[in-house]
Order: sequence, then C-alpha cells, then structure tokens
Amino acid sequence: MGRLFVRELGLSHFRSYRLARLELDGRPVAIFGANGAGKTNLIEAVSLLSPGRGLRRAPGGDLARRPEALGWKIQVLVESPARAHEVELWAESGAPRQTRIDGKAAPQLALGRILRMLWLVPAMDRLWIEGAEGRRRFLDRMAMSFAPEHAQAVLTYEKAMRERNRLLREQVRDAAWYGALEARMAEAGARIMVNRRRALARVAAAQAGAATGFPAALLALAAVEGDLVEGERELAEALAAGRGRDLAAGRTLTGPHRVDLEARYADKGVAARQCSTGEQKALLISLVLANARALAEDLGAPPLLLLDEVAAHLDADRRAALFDEICALGAQAFLTGTGRELFDGLGERAQFVEVEESSDASLLRCIGAGDG
Amino acid sequence: MGEATRDIEALIEIMAKLPGLGPRSARRAVLHMIKKRALLMAPLAEALQRVADSARQCLTCGNICTAEICDICASDKRATGELCVVEDVADLWAMERAGAFGGRYHVLGGTLSALDGIGPEDLSIPRLCRRVSEENITEVILALNATVDGATTAHYIAEELEGRVRVTSLAQGVPIGGELDYLDDGTIGAALRARKAL
Repeated sequence: MGRLFVRELGLSHFRSYRLARLELDGRPVAIFGANGAGKTNLIEAVSLLSPGRGLRRAPGGDLARRPEALGWKIQVLVESPARAHEVELWAESGAPRQTRIDGKAAPQLALGRILRMLWLVPAMDRLWIEGAEGRRRFLDRMAMSFAPEHAQAVLTYEKAMRERNRLLREQVRDAAWYGALEARMAEAGARIMVNRRRALARVAAAQAGAATGFPAALLALAAVEGDLVEGERELAEALAAGRGRDLAAGRTLTGPHRVDLEARYADKGVAARQCSTGEQKALLISLVLANARALAEDLGAPPLLLLDEVAAHLDADRRAALFDEICALGAQAFLTGTGRELFDGLGERAQFVEVEESSDASLLRCIGAGDG
Repeated sequence: MGEATRDIEALIEIMAKLPGLGPRSARRAVLHMIKKRALLMAPLAEALQRVADSARQCLTCGNICTAEICDICASDKRATGELCVVEDVADLWAMERAGAFGGRYHVLGGTLSALDGIGPEDLSIPRLCRRVSEENITEVILALNATVDGATTAHYIAEELEGRVRVTSLAQGVPIGGELDYLDDGTIGAALRARKAL
C-alpha cells in the first residue's frame, strides 16, 4: 500500500501561530495541550489543503493571526504514492486565498486531486440530531473524497440555483429563463446524486464484513419533503413542474439541496438520532473509518484523517480499537486531545506533538517516545 | 500648485482609470507623451477626439464602429447565412483576429444574470430573434464563455430559436499546443466526449 502524508508543515501568522514548523514521518500524529493552546488551529491548517473553507468553515479574514493581521501562509510538503508535491496556501491581508502547487498557481479545487482527507470535529457530535444541512455537508464531503470533481458540480448547481431563487423572489415569469437555469441545475444535480450514491455504496461495501470495533451504520438518502428526484431529465421536469410552488415560496424546494442523509445503527435497527451520545459518535467514527478503507482500496493509499478531540468521548476499549484501526489502515491521522495520557495506547506507533500557549503565540514541541 | 501641474495631474488621474494602467504606469505614460509632444501627444489627442466624435454601436450587430452599420454588416460577402453570437465586442474582435469565420456577428452585451439584474431585455436577444427572420440566417453559432452564466444564456437563446434555425455552439476541449497534464478534469471530460475519428 502506498502512503499519502504530510511530511513538512510550516505555518506563518496563521491563527495563534506566529511561526511554526513540523517534520512528520507518516505515522499518526497525537497533538496534546491545554484548552486554547492551538491544537485545533494546527489541524485546521491541514484541513485547508482540501477544497472548501476547512474544518471550521472559517471566512478568510479569520485565519490571520491577531493583532498583526498581516495575512497568513501555510507551506506543506506532501508525499503521495506517485510523487511529492509542494503546496503553498496564503492570503495577503484582506485579499482572497491563493494556492500554489509545485510552484505554479492553481485553483483551490486542484488540491482535491493531490490530497484526500476526512475529518471529524466536535461540532459534528450533534450531526444526527440537528438540521439536514450538516448531514448533507457530511455526505458531500464523503462524495468529494471519492470524486474530487463533485466539488465543481456542487458549485455549478448552487450558482444556478442562486440565480433561479433570485428570479423566484422577484416574481419573474420568463419560462425560457427558468428553463435555461433548470437545465444547468438538472445536469449538475444529476452528477451530484450519482456521486452521492456511489459514495454510499462504497462506504457500505467497506463496512460489510470489516473487522472493526465500531458499529456499522446503514445509510440512506431521503428527500426533506416529497420524493427523491435523481436523474437529469427527472430533475429538469420536477423543477419545471415546481415553478408555481417555488414562486410562492420564493425559493427552490426540490433538488439535491433538499436531500437528507439517514443513518441507522445496523445491529440495533435504531435510527442514529435515537442512539446515545456515545453511540452516535461511534457511528460517525465507523463511517469515517469505512470511508478511509474504501479510499485506500480505490487509490492505493489511505486518506489523511483529522480527528479533533476524538478521544474524549470514547472509553478506553473504543480508544484502543480506534488507534489499532488507524494503524492498520496506515493513515496519517492527526488526533487532538488535552492530555498526553489519552494517546498512551499509541506508544511508538505515533508521533507526539505538544502545543503550548506562550505569552502571545502557540508553540509546538515534538516529543520522542521516550520523553517525559 | 500651478495651473499646468493641476492639468497634468488630472490627465494622470484619468489615464490611471484605464484598464491595465495604475497610477504609476499612468504617470509614466503621461511623462512619455509630454516628452514626445509632437510625435505622440498631439496625434493621440486628435485621434481621441475623432473617435470620441464618431465611435458608435453598429445598429445591426452591436459591434463598435464609426458608421451606423459596421463594415462586417455592410459587406455582402459576409452574408453567408451564418451568425455568430458573442458576449462582448472584445470577443467579436478576437474572432475576427483569428480570421476563421466568414459570416456576421451579433453582440449580446453580456450574459443573463439574475443576481446582477441582467435579463433578456437588457441583452440584445429580441433583436437577435428579429435578425434570424429578416436576414435569411441558416445557422446561429453560439460563441459564449464556458461559465454557468454563459451556458445558461446559450440554453436560453437555443430555446428561443428552437425550430426556426440550426443552433450550434463552439466545441470545448484541448487547446492547440496544450498539454493534457495541465488540463482540468471538466475540460478533459468534454474533450473526450467530443472526440472525432481520424
């Protein structure tokens, strides 16, 4: 199996870091330190190496270190089965984010072809009980991990939908204009649904019969209201037929943006939202691990895993099972937690990084397995 | 500050508003023109005045020209029955530079964009429909940008003209002299779908 990992990570004026540098060897990285020391900032920097706004979904202006607000920069050397890549991300103060891959300016979407990554953050603990939007985002990140071009389909769909919603709000009644926008939405929307279905099928296959300490989750797509509409022609027809209703609502009520992801705890036959907090977390971890196994099979290398505060809600057995599975997968997982003892079970299988808050900046300290 | 200096500053300020120029390059251009007053500045002022007086939109196609009807629309040779629809005059000039098209043009003046408040009546789409009937047009070639707005506009026009005339669009794919390695996935996909027998 090939390896995909971050070998070097350099931060300049990013969030709480003034200047920081990490050299990594592909083993999981256990990051520990007090609350507010800057652990999540570190893995957020890694998360920005995928298309989108990273694991905090932060607007660009939030990423620069305060009070200087000079702009920020992330430099990374990525090892992948094919070759190594140098990636630079930066933004000048107040200017949009820029990406450079191997010294050449590149669109952000190009990152999806170099690095695949999956993440779990504490905000997702309530994924199964809160609104469908978060689950849809989870689903789309899953789809994007298998098919990087999914991001472009989502952007195209959303752009055409914003245009259509504006027509609806302004009570425009030009059928040809609606038809033109709906054709774009239907074409991109059908691709979105195909990618989502494929992702669910791959994850389901990776869960079936896998030796894992985590409970299998059965996933299904459902419409927030009405029926699921998937094919290009069906979507175009549904959008055309829904114009009257949409005009009254002032927005588009059918389509891939109105799809929900349903999950059931397979062995118990219980909907995820009715499971205990610990079970819900276990289901999420199970899905992320299954997603990672499927990707490893497809690409020949497991994706990066960013697991923020993942150890906190797990008992010692589950924690050990998680560590074992990450190591068996061979993935570079970035794990954060407040205390080093949370990661004792990893022993020499991981690299340890301590994050400390000094008077005005976060400091990183790499710790060998023998150190105190 | 003397009167003359103020005039020069005002000129620099106007020049700096031109696309591609900033305050620094505008200052350099103005200084250069003053040095070459007879050779450059006077003829430029004269040319500017002439164009300011005479430049206008072609009533038929929307091209920029100095007569009511542009040379392309006035030429019988260009009445091939093919009509190429472009977003902007710059696109028309790019097509003309390539010299590959022998028909006439129609400049839309933008693309449909509900978010920017640009509708069909703000573009010259109604006039396009009239031209198709009046000028014996046999084929409308849509040469619009490959963006969501461009594709939406192309779809809209195709719908409006459906059944009246053959509507085509430019091919999408590998640029001449381009390397596959540097192409994005969407372009490679489009190129593959539009492959042809050799």
